[in-house]
Amino acid sequence: MPKIKLSDNTINIIKDICAEFQNKESELINVLHKTQGKLGYLPAEVQEVIARELNSSVARVYGVVTFYSFFTMIPKGEFPISICMGTACYVRGAEQVLSEFKRQLKVEVGESTSDGKFSLNCLRCVGACGLAPVVTVGEKVYGRVAPTQVKEIIAEYREMNGAESKIA
Amino acid sequence: MTDYRMHILICGGTGCKASDSNGIKEKLNYFINEFNLEDEVQVVLTGCFGFCEKGPIVKVLPDNTFYTEVKPSDAEDIVKEHILKGRPVKRLLYKNPKNDYAVTSANNIDFYKKQIRIALRNCGFINPENIEEYIGRDGYAALGKCLTENTPEEVIKEIKDSGLRGRGGGGFPTGLKWEITRNVVNDQKYVVCNADEGDPGAFMDRSILEGDPHSVIEAMAICGYCIGADTGLVYIRAEYPLAIERLKIAIGQAEEFGLLGNDILGTGFNFKIELRYGAGAFVCGEETALIHSMEGLRGEPTVKPPFPSVSGYMGKPTNVNNVETFANIPVIINKGANWFNKIGTEKSKGTKVFALAGKINNVGLIEVPMGTTLREVIYDIGGGIKDGKEFKSVQTGGPSGGCLTKKFLDTPIDYDNLIAAGSMMGSGGMIVMDEDDCMVSIARFYLEFTLEESCGKCNPCRIGNKRLHEILCRITEGKGTIEDIDRLKVLSEVIKDTSLCGLGQSSPNPVLSTIANFEHEYLAHVNEGKCPAGQCKSLMKYEIIEDLCTGCTLCFRNCPVGAITGERRVAHFIDQSLCIKCGVCMDKCKFNAIKLN
Repeated sequence: MPKIKLSDNTINIIKDICAEFQNKESELINVLHKTQGKLGYLPAEVQEVIARELNSSVARVYGVVTFYSFFTMIPKGEFPISICMGTACYVRGAEQVLSEFKRQLKVEVGESTSDGKFSLNCLRCVGACGLAPVVTVGEKVYGRVAPTQVKEIIAEYREMNGAESKIA
Repeated sequence: MTDYRMHILICGGTGCKASDSNGIKEKLNYFINEFNLEDEVQVVLTGCFGFCEKGPIVKVLPDNTFYTEVKPSDAEDIVKEHILKGRPVKRLLYKNPKNDYAVTSANNIDFYKKQIRIALRNCGFINPENIEEYIGRDGYAALGKCLTENTPEEVIKEIKDSGLRGRGGGGFPTGLKWEITRNVVNDQKYVVCNADEGDPGAFMDRSILEGDPHSVIEAMAICGYCIGADTGLVYIRAEYPLAIERLKIAIGQAEEFGLLGNDILGTGFNFKIELRYGAGAFVCGEETALIHSMEGLRGEPTVKPPFPSVSGYMGKPTNVNNVETFANIPVIINKGANWFNKIGTEKSKGTKVFALAGKINNVGLIEVPMGTTLREVIYDIGGGIKDGKEFKSVQTGGPSGGCLTKKFLDTPIDYDNLIAAGSMMGSGGMIVMDEDDCMVSIARFYLEFTLEESCGKCNPCRIGNKRLHEILCRITEGKGTIEDIDRLKVLSEVIKDTSLCGLGQSSPNPVLSTIANFEHEYLAHVNEGKCPAGQCKSLMKYEIIEDLCTGCTLCFRNCPVGAITGERRVAHFIDQSLCIKCGVCMDKCKFNAIKLN
């Protein structure tokens, strides 16, 4: 992966977050949550700053980042698409919906489209089992999705502009 | 709730919110203002009503009218007809599927008739963002009673007498756990609420936190009083933003009312609650892993003993209970152990909340007394199998549980019966499957989940489950052999016996229970290269029966991949190399001209 040069501003954001949690190593997960919330993702360079600030090792920070599925080292697409793969959705056909998304977007799970517009992920149960199978795009929830609707859902976002990448 | 003539309750649970319950609220308020009814009618966004299948749900009090599948555009009729003229809007009423009669009152809906709501007592009744409504329904009375009238020992005895067992899955007696933690001498102890609901297809904890957060806060404070802790921690999934927000509001209000903080109710008892966020790791539901995660580490479990009751968070004695367990506590204190232990079976007292989902008519959140049979749950409450299909199996206990068949339909549900039947209670996910579900695929599905969620610390779980998954993939792709079935059995037993924590010890359960109950399906895959349920894609082929095809072009137009060719009024053809086997053509065909081989 090419090295990212973090701007001073970004480094200061990270430092502030660490300071907010008294630079305590035991607050690592909270720090990561907040940092990802601000920056969108947690590349190696960001992890290095956090390790330094918390007086911890990069290995430890990396170990935690990669352990939890909520944390990501790759930027998500402007419109992150998630297919619920909870059991309720699975038995109501989520797998077919997922393969249709993969086919339409030409990406695998965990990847983003080359234009950075969409990223595709699976998640476990959003708790809307009554609407199974469920797909979320950003915050919006689509219920009872059939493979034939996939094209429409993508088209809805194709022309829209999402948030700009947050890492300078 | 006395000042208003009428209340309109809208379900603000996750499912209904996804179907725009906020929009309904806005529109209702708009029309209420339009007719100057704001002093007479109050609109409240509540927690989950449970009847998710028919959401969004709107309930009108005092007459208890129950509207289903409401849209924002229906708001005008509800205000004009029902609120102004007292005439329920007929087209929105729930219709009994048996006779198509509209049911006016929620009390007469089959879905609710057999339920007893203890943990969910306030969900769908109160505004979870208003502490006064909780107090109005006996909220914080139990805490007051414990602090002013009872010693910690007396409270623990009451919980022990009630027979309450942990609702997170293990079923450990709650009172005993509290007693053990109380008896450990230490100047600092912790109360932890496990709200890391990771079981896919289970959403009961989330619904309680979203619909009635104060019940959990109150119970945690009671627990703190009993074990001698002044700090409570809620470990909650970051994926539950609404639950987090409501919990934060509730904690803030409780502090404001002096029900959390220092010198609670003037008794000298101090208790505060903080939130810790999970980050998506199923294994963190295991208490030792959860504690490591709260300490900012990888959520890897450690060998017990020492149990958290002795050495937990930061090495201090820690009492970990699940959300639903806590939600039962205030009721037990208020109504007494003898009231509670009359509900349920001999060894499993009280009720259990289940998330009923899958191929069932009434998907939703239900709470039934222990000892209710699966048949009552699936047919009386759940309304039977979707689309009139045949019941095949019900999966309980999530990735750690097993699949139960028809022969278990009349088994009373409790902790011990489910284990005897080869499954487990788990946190309460209940997924119903019909004739179209391939049990080998289901086992593979759960193994996929375990593979992803295994923390990788111990070999049996990390490598063993990988091998199990490979064998299952082989079978579903038609490449399995008869020996593979034996391999699955042997390997499963080894993983169960040698894994470090509950995740690995229970991960082969879906495999073992499907082999035990559906061996014929495994055999059909390996011996005949067939998937009896017609779900394993590699083993099937959609074909058009030329004689029956009228060339209506419906399949051609609906095929998502353009695999079907043909002209109007001429028999069509499916190109097997393009077909993704989604089955849309077969669903759409009106002439039964598409067969599955």
